[in-house]
Amino acid sequence: MAQSVAPVSSRPALPEIAPISLKEIAPWLAFGGILMLVLLYFVGAEQGATSLIAGKDVHEWVHDGRHLLGFPCH
Amino acid sequence: MNSVSVRALLVRGMLAGLATGVLALITAYLLGEPHVDSAIAFEEAHSHDHGHDEVELVSRTMQATGGLATGVLVYGVALGGIAALAFCVALGRIGRFGPRATAGLVALGAFVAVFLVPFLKYPANPPAVGDPDTLDQRTALFFLMIALSVLLAVAAVILGRRLAPRLGNWNATVAACAALVVAIGLAYAFLPSGDNVPEHFPATLLWEFRMSSLAIELVLWTGFGLIFGEFAERLLVPKAAERDERQPETAAVS
Repeated sequence: MAQSVAPVSSRPALPEIAPISLKEIAPWLAFGGILMLVLLYFVGAEQGATSLIAGKDVHEWVHDGRHLLGFPCH
Repeated sequence: MNSVSVRALLVRGMLAGLATGVLALITAYLLGEPHVDSAIAFEEAHSHDHGHDEVELVSRTMQATGGLATGVLVYGVALGGIAALAFCVALGRIGRFGPRATAGLVALGAFVAVFLVPFLKYPANPPAVGDPDTLDQRTALFFLMIALSVLLAVAAVILGRRLAPRLGNWNATVAACAALVVAIGLAYAFLPSGDNVPEHFPATLLWEFRMSSLAIELVLWTGFGLIFGEFAERLLVPKAAERDERQPETAAVS
């Protein structure tokens, strides 16, 4: 953890927080990120311009949220 | 730091998103819903086409309570999770900031990049505003604008970090922000306008609806920055302090 190589000219000051390595983050970013985007899709866009589920129930249910959160609704 | 802390941060981000979603929901219910109702009343008074003979699938009451809650809370959880992942990347990489300050900066960045920048070009519209025939185009432009805005913001952060050794942190930040503003200005200039307001739609109602939308997002992201910052600080700082005390033996068991 004590990486004294990277910063060339910076003053030694407050204890620096070590970055989390990107390798550790990548799987979470990929799967967590996709899951979150799917959630956002259902709140923001399903049964609007594109539709995976037939009908208008999803659209009608989240209708007010869609308007107030700024998504194009209809 | 291992992947457990990424998972822990993701979970805390989603929880913080849920908590701040509740605050945003209260804001939405109190500030936003009256304008949605007024806009629907306008729509019904001026409706000259189809659409209102259909059976109501979800009652207005349900839309304004359960439906609104579902929308805002899921939105909060999802963006909380994404922001937590952004936090994992930003932590220790955007300068000498602790977890709480990093969380605040990530929340500010997310508010600007995910909401404010797209909102200034394609603002939130109440019911009755927006021609259903142009929905496909408006949806595509809206998400394109968000993607562009987020990409440009990330590029600006990277640019700022690259410039920092040469210009110093302050000037590098100013330069990167200036570059971001120019890039967003160009995007605004080249993307088509989103104007959709029907004739005689009350300007005050439109303004107030949009301000309530802005208020909801401000509450959401302010709350997220503060709540998640607290979670992250508690999770990460004791460990960091401990590590610094016994620096030589880094792999000490806690």
